Amino acid sequence: MTVETGIRPISGSRRAKDKIVQGLVYLAFALAVIPLVSVLWLVVKNGIGRFDLTFLTHSMRNIGARDAGGGAYHAIIGTLEQVLLASLIAVPVGLLTAVYLVEYSSGGRLARVISFFVDVMTGVPSVVSGLFILAFWVLVLGQGYSGFAGGLALSILMMPVVVRAAEEMLRLVPHELREASYALGVPKWRTIVKVVLPTAFTGIVTGVMLAVARVAGETAPLLLTVFITDSINTDPFSGPQMGLPLFVFDQAQRPNVTAVDRAWTGALTLILIVMLLNLVARLITWWRSPAKRGS
Amino acid sequence: MGRPAFRRSRGDGPFRFASTAAGVALLAIMAAIGVFLVVKAVPALQANTSHFLTELTWQPNATKPAFGIGALAFGTAMSSLLALIIATPVAIGVALFISHYAPRGLASVLGYIVDLLAAVPSVVYGLWGVTFLVPFVQGPWEFLNTYFGWIPLFGGDQVVGRSMLTAGLVLAIMILPIIAAISREVFLQAPKMQEEAALALGATRWEMIRMSVLPFGRPGVISAAMLGLGRAMGETIAVALIFPATFTISFRILGPNGNSIAANIANGFGEATPIGTGALIASGLVLFLITLLVNMGARFVIARRKEYARAAA
Repeated sequence: MTVETGIRPISGSRRAKDKIVQGLVYLAFALAVIPLVSVLWLVVKNGIGRFDLTFLTHSMRNIGARDAGGGAYHAIIGTLEQVLLASLIAVPVGLLTAVYLVEYSSGGRLARVISFFVDVMTGVPSVVSGLFILAFWVLVLGQGYSGFAGGLALSILMMPVVVRAAEEMLRLVPHELREASYALGVPKWRTIVKVVLPTAFTGIVTGVMLAVARVAGETAPLLLTVFITDSINTDPFSGPQMGLPLFVFDQAQRPNVTAVDRAWTGALTLILIVMLLNLVARLITWWRSPAKRGS
Repeated sequence: MGRPAFRRSRGDGPFRFASTAAGVALLAIMAAIGVFLVVKAVPALQANTSHFLTELTWQPNATKPAFGIGALAFGTAMSSLLALIIATPVAIGVALFISHYAPRGLASVLGYIVDLLAAVPSVVYGLWGVTFLVPFVQGPWEFLNTYFGWIPLFGGDQVVGRSMLTAGLVLAIMILPIIAAISREVFLQAPKMQEEAALALGATRWEMIRMSVLPFGRPGVISAAMLGLGRAMGETIAVALIFPATFTISFRILGPNGNSIAANIANGFGEATPIGTGALIASGLVLFLITLLVNMGARFVIARRKEYARAAA
């Protein structure tokens, strides 16, 4: 015996519309993944051929236009130094700004203005940060092109990312921890340094790693501040350097197959470094996530 | 936050000062970017024998410098708009897929895959674009030209791979993750009660999304698209490798023309004279101001709605 519910099945046209939209949504996801797969596949396929010891340990010095061989050692050294310098500037400034926003400002006007401009700063085009350092550091102060100038340009791109990541993590620190510390008579700054920051530490490290990964692939600011060289320059404070993204850009513009092959291998190396940083960041989050610690 | 300890410690003052100073330093940097770009742009603008805002050609290195932002600004706007038109529908689809269609367990992994698109460096997209995409799209673009040539955008006698539409396509791929990520966060915050009410009344999934998720998410999606637009306009290296670097204004998006402010900076910097560098800095100032306006607009829309607080980051 069936109960008469009065509910009629969904009409055909409504059902069809629902299915069509579902199809479109699945299609959109597929469309988004296709370029990713294509890029990664081609980078691995075209890059693996020259991904050898010569590439990782030699520079482009005395390598002629048509010569095979040569490598990106100078570019790898440059990228590591530039990104390290950028982090040394951006991380303290970003972290302190986050501390101000979360711990010291009580939602006043200055805090809202800073918070708004941190968001706006994430949208500053990378080429503009390069032009700024070019105008300010290279031209007005006359400091010349150097790895350090590149680090300055990258640090501007890193700062807002670090602020946002650190701010989010500081806000997650339970208020009871701060209050317990105050109750024991610990001054505010020691509470922040000894209680709040250590609690948020892993989250902040993750955010910094993601910020580093973001700037490690930037080309435009380096082009304007570091310039381009084929030789090894281990001193980031004087003379032009190379960077891995610059190396790819430089080689990609040369009309020879050997150069384009080097560009692909440079791209592969760059993606490996960026993905490694991303992966390490995710692993740190996963390893020390609050859910896993059961709190 | 909260009242501090009863008695002030000697370390508190300096620490408070340092953190406030860091915040103020960020504001100072934003101001300094504007100031120093103006300082280095003015000499070049004074040497300019043509009108900066209307001139199309770019010859700042000549003995009688003549350059203008006209064609470059057009190229920047055109390629970014094409990117936005291509990316936004796909990004909304991706965001809905992850927020409302994908199985729960898989959603975060799939979201991470889309985020990976953003982790690929710009120069790699440029290399991929110029060696793979440019030859690859030649056929499809010719098809568009042959059968849809009556639409002015797709018309013209010449069809090349290194065209405005190809650059727009690469830009679309690059801004898709940011639009998708913000839209996703906004869609996830749509009121669950409304969604369940709609389903309980017998709505299909699409009807539920149309009635409760999309109206709630619309301002968020708009500001996400604006952030994407800002990103596309500032994107440099990928399009510098793809654009044929012409200085014309043409709506034939399949033809051999296209350039942008950012691409011109990357391509022209190497052989620039001091006046030439100043001219590039002047064009960069224009780019900075435009992206600043777009970004502030987008952030303003997000900031006005408290429900979006989490998505804004």
